[in-house]
Amino acid sequence: MTGSATGAFTATGSLTRFTVRRDRVRILVWIGAIALLVASTVASVQGLYPTQADLDAAAVASQDNAGAIIFNGPPQGLDTVGGQVAFQTGTFGLILMGLMSVFMLGRLTRGEEEAGRVELVRSLPVGAHASPAAALITVAAMDVVSGLLVVAVGIGLGLPVAGSVAFGLSFATFGLLLAAVTAVVAQITDNTRVVYGIGGLVLGTSFLLRAIGDIGDGTVSWLSPIGWAQKTRPWAGEVWWPFLLLVGATALCTWAALVLSRRRDLGGGLVAPRAGPARASAWLGGPFGLAGRLQRVSVVGWTASLAVLAVAYGSIADSIQDFVEDNEALTDIIAAQGGGTLIEQYVVMSFRILALIAAGFALQSALRIRSEESAGRAEDVLATPVSRTRLALGHLVIAFAGSLGIMVVSGLAFGLADAAVRGRSDLITTAVVAALTYTPAVWVLVGVTVALIGCAPRLSPWAWGILALCFVIGMFGQLLGLPGWVEGLSPFQRVPEYPAADLEPVPLVVLSGVALGLTTLGLVGFRRRDVG
Amino acid sequence: MNLAISISGLEKRFGAFRALDGLDLEVATGEVHGFLGPNGSGKTTTIRVLLGLLRADGGSVVLLGGDPWRDAVALHRRLAYVPGDVTLWPKLTGGEVIDLLGRLRGDLDPVRRDELLERFELDPTKRARTYSKGNRQKVGLVAALASRAELLMLDEPTSGLDPLMEMEFQDCIREVKAEGRTVLLSSHILAEVEALCDRVSIIRAGRTRAQGTLEELRGMTRTSVTGVVDGPVDGVGALPGIHGLEVDGHRVHFEVDTEHLDAAVRWLAAAGVRSLVSRPPTLEELFLERYGDEA
Repeated sequence: MTGSATGAFTATGSLTRFTVRRDRVRILVWIGAIALLVASTVASVQGLYPTQADLDAAAVASQDNAGAIIFNGPPQGLDTVGGQVAFQTGTFGLILMGLMSVFMLGRLTRGEEEAGRVELVRSLPVGAHASPAAALITVAAMDVVSGLLVVAVGIGLGLPVAGSVAFGLSFATFGLLLAAVTAVVAQITDNTRVVYGIGGLVLGTSFLLRAIGDIGDGTVSWLSPIGWAQKTRPWAGEVWWPFLLLVGATALCTWAALVLSRRRDLGGGLVAPRAGPARASAWLGGPFGLAGRLQRVSVVGWTASLAVLAVAYGSIADSIQDFVEDNEALTDIIAAQGGGTLIEQYVVMSFRILALIAAGFALQSALRIRSEESAGRAEDVLATPVSRTRLALGHLVIAFAGSLGIMVVSGLAFGLADAAVRGRSDLITTAVVAALTYTPAVWVLVGVTVALIGCAPRLSPWAWGILALCFVIGMFGQLLGLPGWVEGLSPFQRVPEYPAADLEPVPLVVLSGVALGLTTLGLVGFRRRDVG
Repeated sequence: MNLAISISGLEKRFGAFRALDGLDLEVATGEVHGFLGPNGSGKTTTIRVLLGLLRADGGSVVLLGGDPWRDAVALHRRLAYVPGDVTLWPKLTGGEVIDLLGRLRGDLDPVRRDELLERFELDPTKRARTYSKGNRQKVGLVAALASRAELLMLDEPTSGLDPLMEMEFQDCIREVKAEGRTVLLSSHILAEVEALCDRVSIIRAGRTRAQGTLEELRGMTRTSVTGVVDGPVDGVGALPGIHGLEVDGHRVHFEVDTEHLDAAVRWLAAAGVRSLVSRPPTLEELFLERYGDEA
């Protein structure tokens, strides 16, 4: 029957146009951010290393720097501008592409279905696959356009054409693969949050595998899709066939998603929900118990993910010491950067990144106040003798204590992993203290979020934008040559860089005070405004 | 009269939109009060002001002798609420939600809870995500009815319930009333309103259009009259308060404002009545007239 084959995709075109129109701001922000990231990196690399001698020095500095390789990517063609660009922004850019695909596709498929909107669409003369197809087309187009923009930026700023094409293509194909992976996950579970979680897990695992591979001989990197993308070696003697891996895996996952989607009911997942308890357990009886119940999966998931990442960082710490002893040029550069040994700077950098990720948990946790309100569930609680302040505090206790707990666990995981590798436990305390010093910076972001929720609830999603800004400042601040006052906007840059610098208490007290002040401001605002 | 709810001149604006524009509402202690109005007329906004979720821009609101905004927490110990669209935590089971809300209110009665689960035929072990609209509504109803709150505020509580469950709900409300508790019932189901409510308030565009018992409201509106008379029917159009006149030979049909009913009947009698059917307005007509623009 030819009719049924075409029928399954009827109205895909108009649904795609509708999706693009509805999400146009989101789409433009994602694509624009990725293009801007690459463009600003190219410009700053060109400014930073104007001569070949500068590039050679930079290449020597990074060639054997395991810390830099873990965060940045494999050292390929570092004595060229293009190679430096791929090194500085490649891994981060690929992760950004992956996050774009996971969040956009998860939202447009399972998110829409969970909200019940797909049901309405499916009741119209619309093909059974039209809605997921429109989502896939939209996200695929975002991946392709982002890739093309990266190509255009590279060529436009005077980088070699082949490398620019390879770099842009690696972005596009990696994004496509993650979109296809997300499409499969969205068939299996009926819960959008789980889709995001598994997508994040895939990205995190890819990152770790390639980090392990890149500081070794590169074999392990072949287990990671990020590794495949980087094996194409943009601006470092391009190798084209790894693109086949990315494209093939994408095709395979798309096919799997299609097969799975035929086997399940609308709204359902392949994993059927089980019956739950008929009565609430004793501790589910107040706003704190409720918040704990709602957030426990998220707390456990984030803690476990960060612990794994911290173990990975910690277990590498020792090899950094080895690298530096063999490399005089590197020792000089570290001395020039000021403050601390390479290992101390590595600890600082590790916990800055871990703290920025932990802030993602803290933000999600605090924003629960707003999402419960938007979903109408805050009303259920506020109609009982629970004050708004207690309702909010239920979630805030988890945001504050949870981020503290996550940082302590990260510190312990880092220190214990290092102790296991070296057989000496002297870094454990240092790591835990370094983790703790970054906690007040996380709290400041919670404070900002609460202030937004209380005083300008519609703007509260911008808390994510502020975190993204802190990420850019933290990861690329020096590279981009941002003025000091811009860097100072991020609370993460205000933290004393222990153990590379002295542990000064004043900034920590100030940051905690700012967090407390902003939180109080937000709670007062929340008490005074309309709810709903 | 001892008032559970007393609202006068209530105003609430959302930007330029006046959601409530001088609304009045009086609910006596111990009565079941019907709260009626077309979609978007401000019923839910009023209830949300009473719950202290929204802050009034003007007018006065007294709930159980207190200020719903300032004394929200204390007042909420004494009331239970069912929203028109019960939204639940998707991962919690119905039983967990009922227990949670009961414990938050502080007066969960486990015996009553189990009895209500039985009466409403609700499976408490299902995750809220998997409940249908009607079953979500049942969760809200069981949670509210299992409490001993002195005031129940119900915002279209039976939307999505089947007729059997609707009857069960009406029985529950009668029991609540027999215990001397107060109910504010916002509803579009006129049979439900007629069966349960002592008095009703009808609002439109954020203002109260009518308030009273159903009998009183009927008295304020028109009676439908069909008659066959011997004499000529020419003069009937000149009578005061006549609407929708239809004449077919000796047969006349019209609606007449209740205050002019006497004059109309006198005219019919003078013309020589051969048959006469007079009918009070149905509830539907009553509401259509009050909801409509001309009211």
